[in-house]
Amino acid sequence: MVLPTALDAPTVPAPSRAPRSRKKPRASAGYVLTVLAFLLPSAIPLTLFVLGPMVAAAWISFTEWNLITPMEFIGWENYRSLLADERTGEVFLHTIGYIAGYLPLVYIGGLALALALNQALKGRSLWRGIYFLPVVTSWIAVAIVWRWLLNPNNGVVNLALGWFGIDGPGWWTDPDWAMISIILASSWKDLGFVMVILLAGLQTINPDLYDAAKVDGAGAWSRFRNVTIPMLSPSTFFVVVISLINGFQVFDQVYAMTGGGPGGSTQVVVQQIYDLTFRYGAAGEASALSWLLFIVILAVTVIQIIGQKRWVHYG
Amino acid sequence: MAKSPRTRPRMIVLHVVVIAGAIAMFFPFLWTFITSITPGAGFSIAPQLWPENPSFEAYRTLFTERPFGRVVANSVGLALVTTLAQLFTSATAAYAFSRLPFRGRGVVFAVYLATMMIPLQVLIVPLFAELKAFGLLNTYLGALLPTFASAFGIFLLRQAVNQVPRELDEAAKLDGAGHFRVFTQIILPNIRPALATLTVFAFMSSWNAFLWPLVVLRSPELQTLPIALAGLQGQYTTAWDVVMAGSIVSILPMLALYIFAQKYIIQGVASSGIK
Repeated sequence: MVLPTALDAPTVPAPSRAPRSRKKPRASAGYVLTVLAFLLPSAIPLTLFVLGPMVAAAWISFTEWNLITPMEFIGWENYRSLLADERTGEVFLHTIGYIAGYLPLVYIGGLALALALNQALKGRSLWRGIYFLPVVTSWIAVAIVWRWLLNPNNGVVNLALGWFGIDGPGWWTDPDWAMISIILASSWKDLGFVMVILLAGLQTINPDLYDAAKVDGAGAWSRFRNVTIPMLSPSTFFVVVISLINGFQVFDQVYAMTGGGPGGSTQVVVQQIYDLTFRYGAAGEASALSWLLFIVILAVTVIQIIGQKRWVHYG
Repeated sequence: MAKSPRTRPRMIVLHVVVIAGAIAMFFPFLWTFITSITPGAGFSIAPQLWPENPSFEAYRTLFTERPFGRVVANSVGLALVTTLAQLFTSATAAYAFSRLPFRGRGVVFAVYLATMMIPLQVLIVPLFAELKAFGLLNTYLGALLPTFASAFGIFLLRQAVNQVPRELDEAAKLDGAGHFRVFTQIILPNIRPALATLTVFAFMSSWNAFLWPLVVLRSPELQTLPIALAGLQGQYTTAWDVVMAGSIVSILPMLALYIFAQKYIIQGVASSGIK
């Protein structure tokens, strides 16, 4: 490709200048070294500590291993017993239950906030900053704080409910409420993240579109329905993809809030992987379960990428 | 924006709702702090909005009876090294993916991105075995090495490098600059905002990391804040003032970083959402 630059002006002949290099058919040794110098600092750690272990996990999933004694190759046995074990279905159901509560809450809340903060509010960046604050805190701190807020004894939420004569539930100590507690804490933490993504999406929408819709007599709801929602769809798509990937991997908050309990009611897939490895010494089965989880995440993501053509509009 | 009299009540309602929501969002932080200065808060004593005998006793417990001084130092040290390493590996990779065409580059980039989808949990068992074989369990290096490259950081910086006009490279090359000089003198100064964003994110993710440090750092004197905090919860099951003081110690530095670098954090999140 020839770039039009001032040097190409024909008035100054440049006899010594070599002909502009076109696409070289073969890279020189020096160029290969340059590429390697720029690529290896990231390629080495990614290979050693991500891709390598990924392949190793596949191998381990075909063995029986307790992390200490030598591995024993047992073929598909781990997968077979996982699929036969009803707990496997349960931990996936708990994980999906978490996502089903969390995603609508965090998306609708985040969208409402983004729409509100997209208006000419006073002190807008301060409010935005406060809503975003939980995003930067650690999951462990958030989980511990919420265990305290939702504590059945002297937790502030039940104290407040008490003022209205409501006898608050046992939250994370009650099997029926434990997952709801985790969903509440998670939504509080991630609300600001979703809000910022959607706010950025809203700000890329061309105001002319709204003006044109107004000229056509569209009301506020119709403009929201026919301009905002479709134009925001790339951001919505991103939020849904990321939330599902992270949702299937939910762990820190579960570990710190309930440890999978009470009575296994919040036992999610990753908690199960952790317990199999470090509590029951079944590293082979844990690796098989982690591969199943990865395949599920991959499938869900690929389906969304294929499905996006139906509803995502890239401007 | 047109301000018709009809929109004024609407804007007032909107302000009220947004501000009330912000107060509700901030309340857990406030309550955490209040609990931490209410001696004996827990099973028998409920904290009050205005504590009667506020005291920083719980913080003293953390730093004298528990090794929280060491724990904070560990967290700071690990976060600094991780951040520097990720800046280096991400910037060099971003340059390669943006400016150095080679056969199979698209595939390599796709593999890099795919590593973002691999749950850390899949890697825990083999990583544990690998670092055990290297003799790196229970060492800072063992906690650090797997954090040195980040697909997110590479992706973020590649977007930024792509936006630097290629004419700038060409001009420098005509002056005889090689790739290393183009990288250090043209590209790096031009992607400063993205580097700032990555700095904040890398520091934050290291500071808040839980699962990997939990697995690799077993000795109490090597522990980072989230691990020590989780342990605190197990030991002081009813002394919520101490546990909440620990939470404040873990949250406060992030709060400071956030106030200082809000622009870069929000930019980083926002830009990751735009195709």
